[in-house]
Amino acid sequence: MVTVAELPAGFADKVLSAQSTFRSVMDAMARPGSVQRICAVAGAPGPMMRGTAAIALTLFDHDTPVWLDAAVSSTPDVAKWLKFHTSAPVVTDPSTSSFAVIGDTQHMPPLDRFALGSSEYPDRSTTLILQVDSLSAGPACELTGPGINGTAVLQATCPGSLFEQLAANATHFPRGIDVVLVHDDAIVAIPRTTRLAAYGA
Amino acid sequence: MNASAYNFAYLDEQTKRMIRRAILKAIAIPGYQVPFASREMPMPYGWGTGGVQVTAAILGPDDVLKVIDQGSDDTTNAISIRKFFAKTAGVATTTSTEDATVIQTRHRIPEAPLHAGQVLVYQVPIPEPLRFLEPRETETRRMHALGEYGLMHVKLYEDIARFGHIATSYAYPVKVNARYVMDPSPTPKFDNPKMDDCPALQLFGAGREKRIYAIPPHTTVVSLDFEDHPFTRYRFDAPCALCGADDTYLDEIVRDDQGSRMFVCSDTDYCEGRQAAGHRGTESAAPHKERAHG
Repeated sequence: MVTVAELPAGFADKVLSAQSTFRSVMDAMARPGSVQRICAVAGAPGPMMRGTAAIALTLFDHDTPVWLDAAVSSTPDVAKWLKFHTSAPVVTDPSTSSFAVIGDTQHMPPLDRFALGSSEYPDRSTTLILQVDSLSAGPACELTGPGINGTAVLQATCPGSLFEQLAANATHFPRGIDVVLVHDDAIVAIPRTTRLAAYGA
Repeated sequence: MNASAYNFAYLDEQTKRMIRRAILKAIAIPGYQVPFASREMPMPYGWGTGGVQVTAAILGPDDVLKVIDQGSDDTTNAISIRKFFAKTAGVATTTSTEDATVIQTRHRIPEAPLHAGQVLVYQVPIPEPLRFLEPRETETRRMHALGEYGLMHVKLYEDIARFGHIATSYAYPVKVNARYVMDPSPTPKFDNPKMDDCPALQLFGAGREKRIYAIPPHTTVVSLDFEDHPFTRYRFDAPCALCGADDTYLDEIVRDDQGSRMFVCSDTDYCEGRQAAGHRGTESAAPHKERAHG
């Protein structure tokens, strides 16, 4: 059993670390496909990458229900750490979550299990934080849409079915899912406006 | 005031998290107005409380802040907001468009082209473009949900029926990413084309109305119009009296009670830059005369 004293630390400097992490996430969201770095240093519990941990400390609080997949919640460490540092409630129904942290993209639930928002309030949707093995290897995708000057190329070790599901975001707009891919301290965002096509097609 | 008694950039961290989440959703849904829990700020509504909250949520110690009020760096509103952040966040401030990383603006887009890595933060009084046509929030929300913007075209058509042309000259409605009709805040319509495919991120904050919205970089922004009445920019047909520029947005300055007036660039930084580069207008004092007055 992990006691509070043994929990990994949060940000050493809460204010400025949260600010620099947010700017990385904002730049990633504003420029889909671009790889941004998270410089802030924080402890991370077991299955959480340090980028994920920094995003959690920056954006999660008592207003944001969080859903964890089996890979991340295999031990109670992550839930305990989140509760201690962010006060975010951990929920079991992904459709009620503001954020979902996913450690195993192979076995994640289909995207329509998460909150897509409504036509009136498309902002009430889940932001997925997906931990991937690499952002420089794996299947490649060509991205177009707002934030991208022409086209951008995304490479990530995600199952192809995920890219297909993300392509379906187009039919839901303005409802939809926003995704942040995390590998270690590198992040790439795919907001719902981004259109995906197989690279070279 | 003991500035160090405040958190960095004035707002508390929970408020910043809430605003930051709203900004991320706003970027993900270009042109959609995200509701947020706007806070009371140490300045009255109408002085840019929405823009100030957005700026406070994104600002970091390495940022260089520029604040303009109708293109001018030197007016009360611009100076007080610049001082507010210099005091509460200790950030560097500038009047140079080129050097700024965050530019907060009350209604103008600088004449100098913006570049990637810059964020333009607009202060917005009325974020809802349909509000004067339909006062009920429930109805305007449904109109946005359905993409039902016929009413806005009727309004522009009524301009044509009454005046012979689209007489709307500021807060001219735009369509963002071919989906949401958006109020670009009361910028003169002269500035509308600068929003399209802009390399900088554009964020909009409305404090009293509690809405945040955004245009990501390189996003299509189209001013609404008709095939037979296409959108046109408007500017006074005169060169700037100080720098001679003939492609900038001009302020009209009344000089006496005899009706004489002059036109000068609204963007003071751009105008000063041109004068420093040797451009002269009809009303420029010769350099030696200025020194004599010194």
